[in-house]
Amino acid sequence: MVEPILQLEEISKTYNVGEPSEVTVLQGINLSFHKNEFVAIMGPSGSGKSTLLNIIGLLDRPTTGRLFIHGQDTQTLDDQALTRLRGHNIGFVFQYHYLISAFTALENVMMPQLVEQGFPNEAMKQRAAFLLEQVGLEKYINNLASKMSGGQQQRVALARALAMNPDILLADEPTGNLDTQSADAVFALMRDINQKNGTCFIIVTHNHELAGLCDRIITVVDGRIKPD
Amino acid sequence: MKNALPFEWIVAVRFLYEGRMQTLFIISGIAIGVGVIVFMSAVLTGVQANFLKRVLTTQPQIQVMAMEQSARPLRDPKVEIEDAIIQKPIQRVVSIDQWQSILQQLRAQPDIVTVSPTVSGSAFVIRGEASRSVTLTGIEPDTYFEIVKIPEYLIAGDLRLNSDMIMIGIELANDLGAKVGDKLNVNSALGGRQVLTVSALLDFGNKGANQRSTFVGLRTAQSLLGMIGGVTTLDVTVQDIYAAEMIAQHIAASNKVVADSWIKTNAQFFSAVQAQKSTNTLIRLFVGLSVAFGIAAVLVVSVIQRSKEVGILRAMGTTRGQIMRVFLLQGGLLGFAGSVVGAILGTTALIYWHALARQADGSEIFPLIIENQLFVYTAVLATATGLLAATAPALRAAKLDPVVAIRG
Repeated sequence: MVEPILQLEEISKTYNVGEPSEVTVLQGINLSFHKNEFVAIMGPSGSGKSTLLNIIGLLDRPTTGRLFIHGQDTQTLDDQALTRLRGHNIGFVFQYHYLISAFTALENVMMPQLVEQGFPNEAMKQRAAFLLEQVGLEKYINNLASKMSGGQQQRVALARALAMNPDILLADEPTGNLDTQSADAVFALMRDINQKNGTCFIIVTHNHELAGLCDRIITVVDGRIKPD
Repeated sequence: MKNALPFEWIVAVRFLYEGRMQTLFIISGIAIGVGVIVFMSAVLTGVQANFLKRVLTTQPQIQVMAMEQSARPLRDPKVEIEDAIIQKPIQRVVSIDQWQSILQQLRAQPDIVTVSPTVSGSAFVIRGEASRSVTLTGIEPDTYFEIVKIPEYLIAGDLRLNSDMIMIGIELANDLGAKVGDKLNVNSALGGRQVLTVSALLDFGNKGANQRSTFVGLRTAQSLLGMIGGVTTLDVTVQDIYAAEMIAQHIAASNKVVADSWIKTNAQFFSAVQAQKSTNTLIRLFVGLSVAFGIAAVLVVSVIQRSKEVGILRAMGTTRGQIMRVFLLQGGLLGFAGSVVGAILGTTALIYWHALARQADGSEIFPLIIENQLFVYTAVLATATGLLAATAPALRAAKLDPVVAIRG
């Protein structure tokens, strides 16, 4: 059996522990993800999908339970080590693109590598240009992020998420803000990258049609995984 | 994206450039503050330097003199005399007691630069029918010229002072019709009399001084004033001119002499300078504070505006330290840029004001002193202020929780 790249054991998340407003968002989550997978996470609003995605993405810590990335227990890591692990292994695409408006498309895609290495170099530029070509934006590499259309920006965000060649790409409603045509194009692009690079995609979506195109659908209801 | 700059610099510069309207306004604000400081400091330095030069090259910083004489009644203290009046005696020209040992002691003090013994008293200078009363000062040229810059006042002749030579002010020379090489008959009030040759004519830039000042060798003056082996004054210059009063008090306390510092004899000016200095410091402080608050306000707004971008940067692996440096750098860069523009503004205003503001006779009110040191000092201070002001916003940005920041 191939070892999972990401494994969640009995993960739970409770906010405001010990206060009257205490609320448990996730409980008893056990999941594992493998290379090449293309997974959709679905569920009604407030079911805990985004919290789950944040915990998987090391942006948030679970209250109890353990999370393994390549077999490494992340509970024992401090903030700096988590940040580094996140930078190396996980790419993010959000509903809204969150490109840095002061930079061009190329510079935005270079950013994760720049953060990692400190100084820009030619190899970074070439990789960023290659990724932008992959998402079909080779003509717009020098456009300021703020001067691009919504679909283009989301594709730049996707290229940026791939900059560090991560094993896992987390997408929170990546097509939620796009028209049908752009949404389909972005989704097809993600599927294509998944098949070419073997990147594991975990996508939170409300769109049943798109979810139907995924390898696996995980449904979260009231903070628990709904059995298939 | 320039390859030579590290991540933090690239992001900081780009953030400032993107918000260029804000950046421009805050740099202008800082520049005006820095400009005021540069302008005020330079004017104050100029005015002070002008006065200090005038005061300290024409007079010693400390004058050590003999104690004032007091009357001592020669009567039996047991016998009471009604309505006895003890009058203050006439102050005679007297020598400082034990002046040579005091001289040695002063010369050995590390905070004292030069000590020069002088003898001065009144005399008449006579040439033909003309006679004038003058102040006769006997000096040791080598040490005295270090204290009073006589060589700068030389108009004609040379600065020799043999035993039969005299240097005189130009007004006196005019009055007597004397020129270099002419002989003058010098009579002191005490009966001393000698014929001296004019070796130099001096112009002190002051009519009174030019009419009354004469300089002879120390021994010549001693014999003319009937004070063989004695001196009336020890003129002193010190390392730190502002410590002159303290040193003077120390000299007076440890010897039986009177010691007056330039600070005491120019008390009004000195307190004016001190008042200006403290006003200047206060203005600097308040300008610095308003610059700091301005930078902090702009950066706080910037952190709020960019919280989502900071969130995504954190998500892609940027450490808290890197985020913190991005905002600190913005503060530092604003401070530095503001100080450079401010220095240019201040200097331009200074040059313009210097050319415009003139005294009635067209001469300058203050000398134009532009010290590079002031620019370096201002730039360092403004940059440090910028960094300091950026600390709170930078901490706030570094502490942003990426989840909260992205969710908005």
